[in-house]
Amino acid sequence: MSRFRLEVLVTPRPGLLDPQGKAVHHALNSLGWTEVEEVRVGKAIHLDVDAASEAEARDKVEAMCRKLLANPVTEDYEVSVVGSREGAPS
Amino acid sequence: MKVAVVTFPGSNCDYDLYKAVQQVDGHPSFVWHRDRGLDGYDAVLLPGGFSYGDYLRPGAIARMSPIMEDVVAFADKGGPVLGICNGFQVLCEAGLLPGALVRNAGLRFRSHDVYLRVERADTLFTSDYGEGEVIRVPVAHGDGNYEADQGTLERLEAERLVVFRYTDARGEATEAANPNGSHANIAGIVNERGNVLGMMPHPERAMEAVLGSTDGVGVFTSLVASLSGAAG
Repeated sequence: MSRFRLEVLVTPRPGLLDPQGKAVHHALNSLGWTEVEEVRVGKAIHLDVDAASEAEARDKVEAMCRKLLANPVTEDYEVSVVGSREGAPS
Repeated sequence: MKVAVVTFPGSNCDYDLYKAVQQVDGHPSFVWHRDRGLDGYDAVLLPGGFSYGDYLRPGAIARMSPIMEDVVAFADKGGPVLGICNGFQVLCEAGLLPGALVRNAGLRFRSHDVYLRVERADTLFTSDYGEGEVIRVPVAHGDGNYEADQGTLERLEAERLVVFRYTDARGEATEAANPNGSHANIAGIVNERGNVLGMMPHPERAMEAVLGSTDGVGVFTSLVASLSGAAG
């Protein structure tokens, strides 16, 4: 059993109005960064998960995303493994 | 009429709902989110508030509460379920209603009276209103912007599942009358079977003239009338 650190990036779906992103965009523009075309604000969730393999850890977290971590109506998610410990696969 | 008012950690309209049910001669009971079983209840109400601090997404954690399994079973059997504000968010997260409530388009928490047009006067929750009637009740939310995919939005209109829409005092669904950016000014929807209603505005806060409006009373008298009709 190894411990893996996974990162879930949850972002508002394309086409969905993202008022937070819009507000940040305005703020950046008013600070002089007028080259910023668009801003979308999502969230990052870090999880430490025990699993036999990286693939298993990823499968588990994908299931968590479907069940709880993201709302498929409004959000997309992306799972990546960002670290591991104890006998991690090379 | 025995009515369960479910309390989640962070609910803050549960007492208002309790009082509203009492006012129409119903018999309310608080049901804690960790309790199990809804046998013997005629209706289930999910109150407004900020269950679990709105962590992750409004309603996302509350829908995992033990009692929600019973709420889903109750709804599946055709039992009337009404979710108001955070309760509406919980119903969407639980999959009992389609779509989702996201951050208000203007980013502001909106807390003021709104006008609603009653689009359906033939539901368990609206039979005491007239179709097209305009009522005034408060909203108080930061995440009331109704979103769904295009297919769902079309189905809601085609099957007349939109029960309340934000309008001006004359009943016009204008952009200015929309407090949160909801698609098509949607303020409340019902499921196909007609037994699960979710709405962002607060009829339970419009029960007494001294508090500004009595326009919310109809939701509760309608529910009593439909249940006593079913029993008789």
